[in-house]
Amino acid sequence: METIKKVFNKSSILVPAIAILLGLMVGAIAMLAGGYNPLLAYSSLLDKLFSSPYNMGEAIRAITPLIFTGIAVAFAFRTGLFNIGVEGQFVMGMTGATIIGVTLDLPWYIHAPLAVITGALFGGLWAAIAGVLKATRGVNEVISSIMLNWIALFLSNYIVATYLVEKGQQKTRPVHESAMLTIDWLIELMDKARMHWGTFVALICIAVFYILLWRTKQGFELRAVGHNPDAAQYAGMNVNRTIVKSMFISGVFAGLGGVFEILGVFGYQTVMAASWGYGFDGIAVALLGGNTPVGVLLGAILFGGLNYGSTGMSFGAGVPSEVVRIVIGSVIFFVASHGLVKWFIKPFFIKRADKRKEAV
Amino acid sequence: MNVLEVIGQLINVTLVFSTALIFTALGGMYSERSGVVNIGLEGLMVSGAFAAAVMTDYASQAGLAASAPWVGFMAAAIYGVLVALLHAVSTITFRADQTVVGVVINIFALGLAIYLTKSLYEGSGQTPQLAYVFDKWAIPVLKDIPLLGKAFFTAYPTTYIVIAIAVISYFVLFRTPFGLRLRAVGEHPSSADTVGISVTKYRYIGVLLSGALAGLGGATITLTTTSSFAHNTISGQGFIALAALIFGKWNPLGVVGAALFFGLAQALRNFAQLFEFSKQIPVEFFYMLPYVLTLIVLAGAVGRSNAPSALGQPYDPAKR
Repeated sequence: METIKKVFNKSSILVPAIAILLGLMVGAIAMLAGGYNPLLAYSSLLDKLFSSPYNMGEAIRAITPLIFTGIAVAFAFRTGLFNIGVEGQFVMGMTGATIIGVTLDLPWYIHAPLAVITGALFGGLWAAIAGVLKATRGVNEVISSIMLNWIALFLSNYIVATYLVEKGQQKTRPVHESAMLTIDWLIELMDKARMHWGTFVALICIAVFYILLWRTKQGFELRAVGHNPDAAQYAGMNVNRTIVKSMFISGVFAGLGGVFEILGVFGYQTVMAASWGYGFDGIAVALLGGNTPVGVLLGAILFGGLNYGSTGMSFGAGVPSEVVRIVIGSVIFFVASHGLVKWFIKPFFIKRADKRKEAV
Repeated sequence: MNVLEVIGQLINVTLVFSTALIFTALGGMYSERSGVVNIGLEGLMVSGAFAAAVMTDYASQAGLAASAPWVGFMAAAIYGVLVALLHAVSTITFRADQTVVGVVINIFALGLAIYLTKSLYEGSGQTPQLAYVFDKWAIPVLKDIPLLGKAFFTAYPTTYIVIAIAVISYFVLFRTPFGLRLRAVGEHPSSADTVGISVTKYRYIGVLLSGALAGLGGATITLTTTSSFAHNTISGQGFIALAALIFGKWNPLGVVGAALFFGLAQALRNFAQLFEFSKQIPVEFFYMLPYVLTLIVLAGAVGRSNAPSALGQPYDPAKR
């Protein structure tokens, strides 16, 4: 009985593990239905991920922004807010970093930190708009941040196209070397994979996420408001200020994600037709990780790894890489519907329990 | 072009852009009125757009000619219902988090649609340009009314259909026992249950209707605007429909008004290119316009959210 109880406990590790297995199975079924070989596909996915230092490095590069956006979403979730605007905050972070990186000329020890802080503030303040609208005017943060996503996209396109582009091109002048945050020796080591300091900052942010929420008085307030705003209000907490604060912090995480894509990876920004989707993927990562610090890290690794490996799949087995989205969608689906997963595995456990009874 | 003609044109284009939004937002309304949050509208729209493109293509190859788009249109509703069924089973029967499942629908539906497109069309991420799509209908006599004829009575069939659905929805929701029960389930499920209304049944109906209508919304874009399906055919329209739903305060007529507003803003940006004075304004500001206006209107709107009070809460009879 004890084992069954453990399995049925939501926080147990088994449900996500089974969800991942089921997700991979759904992907396999989709591939079989499409006339592809799922085993070949999955093995070429793993091949792609681990075949060379370059690919491993690039996989880490792909995982890094997902950690940032995952934390951003998870942080807001913990405080009772659904920050669907991470996408826009990410874009604002990129833009802030690009403005400083392209236009100013400073020694590196000022230039790089300034660019990082500016981008983070851009993201944070952009999110705070949604927070203020919710706190003062009662505007649902989901709808306001969807609007802000689009405004961020067009605003940053305007800034890039009007002030920062190289003549006749769709991309900005390159960010000055003094603001770049690439790690040159690691790039050499990883065979030219684009390694940068953002990965380490992302890991630090996970720690910050944990300490801020679970080890400080402010974090207690943030979580209390998330659990029950009325009770928090009654206990004397300023709910409105907490909402704005929470959105700001969430936006800072998102903005940092954007910052490092510019300063660590690309070194320029383009006029975008649509945003990159890291923000929306961040929602998936946060959900995969159950909004916990370690969970977000693992979720980002799974999501980013599958995503990066999927190109190997289409190359090695001819499978359209979108099958990975089906797998990821299914995994989150099964994590969310843990009732369904339990229903799936129930028969096995009941049988085993019966056998045990017989044995006794 | 004289001013009246421009206004007529503007209204006409607005209707084209708004139609898909009205379909989808009305779908979302049925789901949310029954108490189930539907963030997955985007994914449902993608599904509809995909199904419409593929089935229209197959039907035209089968020789159905001008009636092929109607096959695609119907197929979009059916496929939308199937995808929404996933939402319904997990959120209603298994009481999964509705927001989470909505996000899953968005990821899953797009992945599946592109995957199937590539499988069906030998690796191409886009369906071929459709040979037959909807043509505009000019309503006899009415179309000859100056200004109004051009503006309102020369439109795609989908526009006439969606306006009919909106009016019917208003009556169904506020003037029939079904509507009363659907709203009751969304406002106060345990009371509804006590008087013998099946919460599960009405929520299933609400969510499945949202799948059908959002599917039709996606089909509308394929069959009147893009004539094919690719990964960027929908790109955010479902979220705008969600905004229209909230903006329209979960009321069919309000939803239509909000969707028309978004459609108008989209139409304006096309028209801005036609005039000297508006060419001076950077195009990005026209792109931003609808979203900025929405924020301002929402911030200025009196009264807080009017969402159904049980929205987002799974119903657990054991906790009654």
